[in-house]
Amino acid sequence: MLTDMTDTTTADIRAALARTRDQMGGPATGVVLNLIIMTDESGQHDAVRAASQAGREHPCRVLAVITRDPRADSRLDAEIRSGEGTPGQTVLLRLYGPMSEHADSVVMPLLVPDTPVVTWWHGLIPAVPSAQPLGMLAQRRVTDTARARAPAEALAALSAGYRPGDTDLSWTRATPWRSLLAATADQLTEPILGGVVGAEEHNPTADLLTVWLTCRLRVPFNREVSEGPGITEIRLTMAGGDVTISRPDGRLATLSRPGQPDRHVALHRRDIADLLAEELRRLDPDEVYGESLAAVAGIPAAAE
Amino acid sequence: MRPNPLRDPRDRRIPRLAGPCVLVLFGVTGDLASKKLLPAIYDLANRGLLPPGFSLVGFARREWADADFAQITHDSVKTHARTPFREEVWQQLREGIRFVQGDFCDDGAFDTLARTVAELDAERGTGGNYAFYLSIPPNAFPVVIEQLKRSGLSGTSEAGGGDQRPWRRVVIEKPFGHDLASARELNSMLAAVFPPHAVFRIDHYLGKETVQNLLAMRFSNTLFEPIWNRGYVDHVQITMAEDIGIGGRAGYYDGIGAARDVIQNHLLQLLALTAMEEPLSFAAESLRTEKEKVLAAVQIPADLSAGTARGQYARGWQGGIEVPGYLEEDGIPAHSMTETYAAIRLTLDNRRWAGVPFYLRTGKRLPTRMTEIAVIFQRAPHLPFDATQTKELGQNALVIRVQPDEGVTLRFGSKVPGSAMEVRDVNMDFAYGESFTESSPEAYERLLLDVLIGDPPLFPRQEEVELSWRILDPVEDFWADRYKPDQYPAGTAGPASADEMLARDGRAWRRL
Repeated sequence: MLTDMTDTTTADIRAALARTRDQMGGPATGVVLNLIIMTDESGQHDAVRAASQAGREHPCRVLAVITRDPRADSRLDAEIRSGEGTPGQTVLLRLYGPMSEHADSVVMPLLVPDTPVVTWWHGLIPAVPSAQPLGMLAQRRVTDTARARAPAEALAALSAGYRPGDTDLSWTRATPWRSLLAATADQLTEPILGGVVGAEEHNPTADLLTVWLTCRLRVPFNREVSEGPGITEIRLTMAGGDVTISRPDGRLATLSRPGQPDRHVALHRRDIADLLAEELRRLDPDEVYGESLAAVAGIPAAAE
Repeated sequence: MRPNPLRDPRDRRIPRLAGPCVLVLFGVTGDLASKKLLPAIYDLANRGLLPPGFSLVGFARREWADADFAQITHDSVKTHARTPFREEVWQQLREGIRFVQGDFCDDGAFDTLARTVAELDAERGTGGNYAFYLSIPPNAFPVVIEQLKRSGLSGTSEAGGGDQRPWRRVVIEKPFGHDLASARELNSMLAAVFPPHAVFRIDHYLGKETVQNLLAMRFSNTLFEPIWNRGYVDHVQITMAEDIGIGGRAGYYDGIGAARDVIQNHLLQLLALTAMEEPLSFAAESLRTEKEKVLAAVQIPADLSAGTARGQYARGWQGGIEVPGYLEEDGIPAHSMTETYAAIRLTLDNRRWAGVPFYLRTGKRLPTRMTEIAVIFQRAPHLPFDATQTKELGQNALVIRVQPDEGVTLRFGSKVPGSAMEVRDVNMDFAYGESFTESSPEAYERLLLDVLIGDPPLFPRQEEVELSWRILDPVEDFWADRYKPDQYPAGTAGPASADEMLARDGRAWRRL
């Protein structure tokens, strides 16, 4: 069900939300979180779509904040979607003029009470997410440096402004790799002496993986540049021969260990909805990310 | 063994993952394999929870090649898997699929099986770790177990020592015997070949999210535990209702009946989890200790004729379709005494539950398919309202809906809007499936993963099985001496005797 409201107020939106809930027989009752999406008109479609997909696992009230022409007069337009194949409700908020500087005043009254808040910047990344008005509200603040024009700089900036509760989707993308690496390391009997992470040039996930391996194993790991897509190879150096995981096509990886047959592992690149769903699974600070991010500043840039 | 520096207890994104291993599946042509097990294996692979090199060996009488079995697996995955089909995941799985053709009595076939898994160890690095899943009729257990022993598949003595020593595990499905004596017999046969910690008894109810949530609800909240006792609880109803008949299970079902099929395992396990004391931790040992304590405290009614009921469905209309009675089903003898409905009133001899009846019921061809645990609370000791104002107020209830529509309902009284004071029951609903859950793991996924990891808390131990039979055996003996089960028309909520059983206590069953 779609409700379009132009030049409206938060009080009217609240009333409309309650009305749609009653008409739909109460689909908003099982909401487990509020998801605020900071986006623009060009990004909102994909972002909201991803949020609705993730919403099947985590029913949420999605509040998409779309900033429009800042020179216009202040105006609020809203679009309420509910029951479109996903639980929860989605409200698109279009903010015109000076109002866009005060998005928190629009969002606050629309949050489901007693329910955690997650803010996701789908687009521009603020230097200090937790200092943003809509970041302060949130238990979790999600950014995506892979979408930034200069991901490495963006990561460094986030590192400087990190507060517990921050997280970045480029770290989420590392989870399948990290699981596979941890499982591989379970089977190793000798120590890892160092290694290499090979990936396309601008890839914050590879940067984070490199520092994570360096920090956890306390041995040097180098970041190498390849043609991609994404991460193409991770090599663990050991006295008895290297263990490599190579994934040239972004889908199927090959795990090679000396003295053992090669094995295939499905390691596809996940879409945004998948990443978001993983992100929403836990709302407490991710300390391991915090540590890796802190170390990212100290790592030399990728060797050419 | 050195701790793995890449694992960190704070790092909860990295999932629990099984080590390299082979799953050998007996009974791959069965319904359970194609509808649940094979799809669950794919779903685990798709979630990245299976180790690289994981291999699956099917064993059956069919004249299949590896490719045929792979095709069957492929089809069942496409039809029944819960996660989307992805070619590369299938590719990973496909490489490790083998099939061994043979009869359970055929020594040669088991030698081939031993050779096949040894080849997998060499080709795919599965490290000699094998899990044997016996999805076969229980009368075939002895010969298969014996064959596993004879062919050396069950033993690990030849391999290296220490933590790297390979493991062998065996997974069996209910029924775990049909009475105490046969359960012990089955166990001693298993125990002769596999040590107790290597035997995994699957009760798929325990893999369900809501059942695990029962533990979370009871022991992570302050709200429920203070009232979870005889001071507040009036009685508990545990129901597993099925709308289907016996279908193609005639051969198995007749002579077994509803009580052995469902009460002995599922319902008594649910009772144990509902009534047990808080475990020291969720480690297998602590959890099982508490379950055993509570099962040992269970008392059957002194007068079995008043405290139990059994029924058999007769021809009737179920969901708008006329269906045959049990005695008319294919393969059922016309004078069968097997019950398709069983109800029993149990009490627990301990401080927490003394005097609180636990009513268990299960049946086939009932109006709906539904499993739930309903904790019904006592009425308020005093109501400061006129009797007419609270006429429609029932007892408070907390209902844990196990399936379908998993969730929790809390029923309490609320004022009806209006100028008069009138109190009526309302429900507060937490729908588990509304949904944390489009992709929440299926019970078999969780249980298979636990088997491969070797994590036993969700699997009942032999002691629990024996305690359950101890409860049921006298009831079965009593029934065996008695006349036929009461008839109830298909599509109704069971025999009148079951309603009378509760009426004698001044209570009524919850509507199905």
